[in-house]
Amino acid sequence: MSDFSDRTDLTLADRLAAHLEPLPKKERMRIDRGSMPEQEALARAHNFAEVNLGYSEQLAIIEADRCLQCPKPYCIEGCPVAVNIPNFIRLLGEGNVKAAADSLLGDNALPCVTGRVCPQETQCEQVCLRAKTGKPVAIGYLERFVADWAIDHRDVFEAAHPAPTGKKVAIVGSGPAGLTAAGELTKRGHSVTIFEAFHAAGGVLIYGIPEFRLPKDIVQKEVDRLVADGVEIRPNSIIGKTYTLPELREQFDAIFVAVGAGLPVFMNVPGENFKGVYSANEYLTRVNLMGAYNPDSDTPILHGKRVAVVGGGNVAMDSVRTARRLGAAESVCVYRRSRDELPARREEVHHAEQEGVRFEFLTAPVEVLADDKGWVSGLKCVRMELGEPDASGRRRPVEIPGSGFVFECDMVVVAIGTRSNPLLTSTSPDLRVNKWGYIEIDDNLQTSMDGVFAGGDIVRGAATVILAMGDGKKAASNIDAYLRGEFGAARTEMAVAVSE
Amino acid sequence: MHPIVSKSQLSPNVTRLVVEAPRIAEIRQPGQFVIVRRGPGAERIPLTIADVDRAAGTITLVIQAMGKSTHELTALQVGDAITDIAGPLGNPTELLDSGHAVCVGGGVGTAVVYPIAQALAARGVKVTSVIGGRSKEWVIYEDELRAAGDVVVCTDDGSYGRHGFVTEALKDLCEAGGIDEVFAVGPVPMMRACSELTRPYGVKTTVSLNAIMVDGTGMCGGCRVAIDAKTQYACVDGPEFDGHKVDFRQLADRLTTYREFEQAALERWQAAHAEAH
Repeated sequence: MSDFSDRTDLTLADRLAAHLEPLPKKERMRIDRGSMPEQEALARAHNFAEVNLGYSEQLAIIEADRCLQCPKPYCIEGCPVAVNIPNFIRLLGEGNVKAAADSLLGDNALPCVTGRVCPQETQCEQVCLRAKTGKPVAIGYLERFVADWAIDHRDVFEAAHPAPTGKKVAIVGSGPAGLTAAGELTKRGHSVTIFEAFHAAGGVLIYGIPEFRLPKDIVQKEVDRLVADGVEIRPNSIIGKTYTLPELREQFDAIFVAVGAGLPVFMNVPGENFKGVYSANEYLTRVNLMGAYNPDSDTPILHGKRVAVVGGGNVAMDSVRTARRLGAAESVCVYRRSRDELPARREEVHHAEQEGVRFEFLTAPVEVLADDKGWVSGLKCVRMELGEPDASGRRRPVEIPGSGFVFECDMVVVAIGTRSNPLLTSTSPDLRVNKWGYIEIDDNLQTSMDGVFAGGDIVRGAATVILAMGDGKKAASNIDAYLRGEFGAARTEMAVAVSE
Repeated sequence: MHPIVSKSQLSPNVTRLVVEAPRIAEIRQPGQFVIVRRGPGAERIPLTIADVDRAAGTITLVIQAMGKSTHELTALQVGDAITDIAGPLGNPTELLDSGHAVCVGGGVGTAVVYPIAQALAARGVKVTSVIGGRSKEWVIYEDELRAAGDVVVCTDDGSYGRHGFVTEALKDLCEAGGIDEVFAVGPVPMMRACSELTRPYGVKTTVSLNAIMVDGTGMCGGCRVAIDAKTQYACVDGPEFDGHKVDFRQLADRLTTYREFEQAALERWQAAHAEAH
């Protein structure tokens, strides 16, 4: 039997030159999933550098060989933006990383981002055939490798020059949904202008997700790529204030609203306005967008020594890990359900624990306490037990009588979710919203205003980066059809069907 | 970029910058503010729009040099530019249609109350302004306010106008009666004192709150204030509120959140600034 082991020593260039035969399936099955090289936990708990270091070329090639190239790939169906996963992995395995990047970028406008923050374990990797008998192909890690290669080798990519259609599209919000839609619409020759409320583009990718999970220069490079392709970004433009949506509608042929779910939810317990209580939005925005982790930044941030972060999602993980990096001797995640119900990605929970973050499960805050100067001194909590399942299907936490106790702390970060921001919707009388203030859309993502589409968190409520990107991609395709006049007919038929 | 087209010193620590911001100049209404970020690495800070010139496409920012960020802004010269100005933010002032309004301004707050007085006068409302400062050199916007109606100037040391605090002059006006609304803008203790003073007279009193903000669009919740014991956001629910319902103690307390940081940043800046000269 021929020995395939020498194959692993080949570089990408060697492989490309060698025109290797595809590896037999049996050989593929022998390869174990490569681990992601990480910054050591104790060191990284005190810095903001990226935790995951990325696959080396060698690790990436070997991992690519693990893909079975299924004739009916479930992974594509598992991807909200339908990336042709086996194709880019095959090209990578052949050593043709440029072609792999072309394939990936054709499907996904922000692969550097999704390669880092997507919950692959519940999407593409969950349905990977190899997960049935072992570990799935590390699709996310490979995506990141190819995407980062593309960022580092921008000069080998030719700028696309689609024939201009003469149509103008406004995108409101430069988060994952808006950036994705911008990329897709530009590819189709439309002129795209993004209106962003903050001074910099990226939305949650720059104000929310911390540097150690998604470096800001990576996001900036993704934004730069869109700008190089002709996307115009207008910062400091708050739709609902600087301009209204109806005003934009007059100036643009179509609009995509992707403003996110902007308002923080507080616990509504006594003491929440004491000094030292932050919403996760404020805490993370100060640290990430405003760079407050850097001592040279003009934006201040409190450095809590004992910090309680309330909530169990990815935003709570980002906050509790940030507090640790800003010097908290104890940074504790307070969550009212148990470990099994944590909505955060497992990898984030695991990383947090490695960094010394502690979890207080089945614990709910009832009051924030303060000293005589108004500074937070503790979080009064009660213990919970799980009762009957609620509407979400998760077992509802019920207070255990007499279980009250005080967690002494000097800072509290509230990370229990967000709700819709009414700035845009309240100044758009024809835009229909539901009772929670989220924008109502039809199956084509079109709102009650003709030519105005919406997606991401302002439609879904708080969700994930990749679902927002999926909306951006779908909206772009529908807006393209709308602009080509191929959409109205279908919509009219649908309206007729509905009214009947 | 927003170039500075003119600059003047209004008092020992208050500077007026007129900057290009055509869209904001076009649509801003009295009571609204902007978030300003001087340049890379700088803080985002809220500043009231004191005035606009629609034809010239400019807005007027009146800045009290307090911490590093405001010192850096006031150190800018004509021809320099501010990188980011976002707005107009906040709700416009709810303006009376008739009657008598008293506009009370303390220190830099006088520049905030000025556009309100100006708009009220334009609607035919009788305006009496009561403005104050430590001494004569600290009084600002007197001439501008005279164009809107009577002005009572108060100085703490009696060096100009009436000797004493603005609250004393306001009390005399309340005693005289016939006031439909008081607008009071200035340091928190002054707004609290004005609100307490008007309460027994039953005179509606509106204050403009200068809470700590990051985005100014409701997204961070840092500017939360207690109004009638209910939490509201100064940026999107205000910045103006019924002074009789504001928890001023909490507001004053929250404003001290970053005092140590601000002091240290200012000292570093001053040291670096001294070396440079």
